[in-house]
Amino acid sequence: MPWTKVLIDKAEFENTLGKQGLRGLSYRAALLEAHTQLLESDPAVIVIGEGVDDPGGVFGSTLDLHKKFGRERVYDMPIAENGLTGVAVGAAACGLKPVFVHMRTDFLPMCMDQLANHAAKWHYMTGGKVNIPLVVRSLIGRGWGSAAQHSQALYSLFTHIPGLKVVAPATPYDAKGLLVSAVRDGNPVMFFEHRWLYDFTGYVPRESYAVPFGQGAVRRAGKDVTIVAVSLMVYEAVKAARLLEKDGIDAEVIDPRTLKPLDEKLILESLAKTGRLVVADNAASFNGFSAEVAALAAEKGFGLLKAPVRRVCLPDVPVPASPELEKAYYPGAEDIAQAVRLALKA
Amino acid sequence: MLRVDKKTKIALLRMMLRSRLFEEKIVSVYGKQDMKTPVHLYIGQEAVAAGVCAHLRREDYIFSTHRNHGHYLSKGADMSGMVAELYGRRTGCAKGKGGSMHFVDVSCGCMGTTSIVGGSIPLAVGGALAAKVRKEDRVSVAFFGDGAADEGVFQESLNFAALHKLPAVFVCENNYYATNSHQDARHAHGNIAKRGHAFGMHSERCDGNNAEAVYIASRKAVNRARRGLGPSLLEFSTYRWKGHVGPDCDYMKGCRPKEELESWQKKCPIEAYKKIILKEHILDQSGIDAICAEVSSEIEAAWSAALAAPYPAAEELYKDVYR
Repeated sequence: MPWTKVLIDKAEFENTLGKQGLRGLSYRAALLEAHTQLLESDPAVIVIGEGVDDPGGVFGSTLDLHKKFGRERVYDMPIAENGLTGVAVGAAACGLKPVFVHMRTDFLPMCMDQLANHAAKWHYMTGGKVNIPLVVRSLIGRGWGSAAQHSQALYSLFTHIPGLKVVAPATPYDAKGLLVSAVRDGNPVMFFEHRWLYDFTGYVPRESYAVPFGQGAVRRAGKDVTIVAVSLMVYEAVKAARLLEKDGIDAEVIDPRTLKPLDEKLILESLAKTGRLVVADNAASFNGFSAEVAALAAEKGFGLLKAPVRRVCLPDVPVPASPELEKAYYPGAEDIAQAVRLALKA
Repeated sequence: MLRVDKKTKIALLRMMLRSRLFEEKIVSVYGKQDMKTPVHLYIGQEAVAAGVCAHLRREDYIFSTHRNHGHYLSKGADMSGMVAELYGRRTGCAKGKGGSMHFVDVSCGCMGTTSIVGGSIPLAVGGALAAKVRKEDRVSVAFFGDGAADEGVFQESLNFAALHKLPAVFVCENNYYATNSHQDARHAHGNIAKRGHAFGMHSERCDGNNAEAVYIASRKAVNRARRGLGPSLLEFSTYRWKGHVGPDCDYMKGCRPKEELESWQKKCPIEAYKKIILKEHILDQSGIDAICAEVSSEIEAAWSAALAAPYPAAEELYKDVYR
């Protein structure tokens, strides 16, 4: 299936799907196209965020939208994250569908009151009378010494709050299709994008389409081990699977795509086949999303497990700046492959 | 001073009585402990809700706080849904999921209330933004207290509303206490209205126990919003007679001086207004009594209906988390 295919670089796309005449688009361009089509098709959609109308256009993902749709619908904001989240929540309660954009996930803690106490709870507290169709996009940074306050992946925090949905598209196809779903969902959706995904190219249809929530994708089918990988780690997991091929190990790579709701069925079905589970996450391990997947295996797949679950995550320390420390901090394909080898030895 | 017509005068009195009698009923029954929700009573502040809401149309939005009963009743929210909500019943306006701090009545623009101090302020700005983007003729009002003026979102919201000239009205009810902390312990400068000037916004401070003063100040603010002249900040000086939460006074616990409470009780907004109504021959005593009787029977009917209503089924717990 071209839409589930993970391609490591643009050349790989051109040598495969591109040759079949399929349109390739970068992750950033896929997001821009999704925004454009959403703004065109629904007058309730607005885009607000720091820098959405600046010459960079949030790394290209909102570039020039204000020129096309006007500053009534696409605009910059004061540096007032919690207040503006509240404004977006109120606007959502009163009929708009705001897409609120943060260039860095690290600024979300400033919005926590309005996200956790208001957006997440409003529908329940009002007995279902008022819903909050709000999408909060944010980018996870990495590298070039971005350090502790410009590189955090905080999605697990939000999966802990009832009333929020959390998505983390890994491919350009999903970036577009999940943004469409998020805007139409009618609930507050936290939308996490890894900055390093922005240049990846993949098949993206021109027309608007929705990728449903709660449906993971098998990025590589295999029979020996299940690797559940999130966001950027999907690529590392696919690379790891290629390394493991050389050892005669056939790994299955699963991308949940949406962390909440989670496609438990897909993970358990894979586990039934392989009996071994490695979770590759680009967030801290302790109480993180990887722990939820491990708990799923323990609670609902215990009888399927032939070996202890292994996790490849970020260490439980703040993100460092020095390139040498960054190297030590971020796990990659080789770490995933090693975890798989250990899982198979058990 | 602008004139207030006879019909409006009666409406103001009626709104205040509705709030007062509703909450006096809560006070009278709360000891039974079958209303299992924390109540934050508005007694003493009724003139603010009445004077502001008298200008609002059904489709105008209000966002309110934990101390919301008066705002909702004055905006025209369905009383029976509120009482059933207080009793946690299936027929409650939020199906028993909100309680006293989270009333809702979308049919009259009551879009919800928050018990996080300051939370109502940006939400109301969002309502004003939605009205502007959708080109709807609506005004959005944020009710909040002096405690909320301490919060960052207060400043953030005022700035954004002024920047985009949104049809918002910020109504600060300064009752001088945030829970038990007096304004003097919290604010470097006591005049909250002046902060609106920092954002170039029409701002006014006036007596919140004088229904007509509130009405006149609000008329200007609401009209400005409707005419696209942007938001206003109104600070109304008033006083809450009861403790922060619950049906009792709190001076005996040392939360504030008894004399202070008594001096404000002498300035009761309803008693003061009744005197004006009588003096100006708007109504005679029997006319006032008739309003009280009518409101009381509405209250009794709402109470009977609520107490007869079923509780939500346990399965209801899992509904409405998501749309």
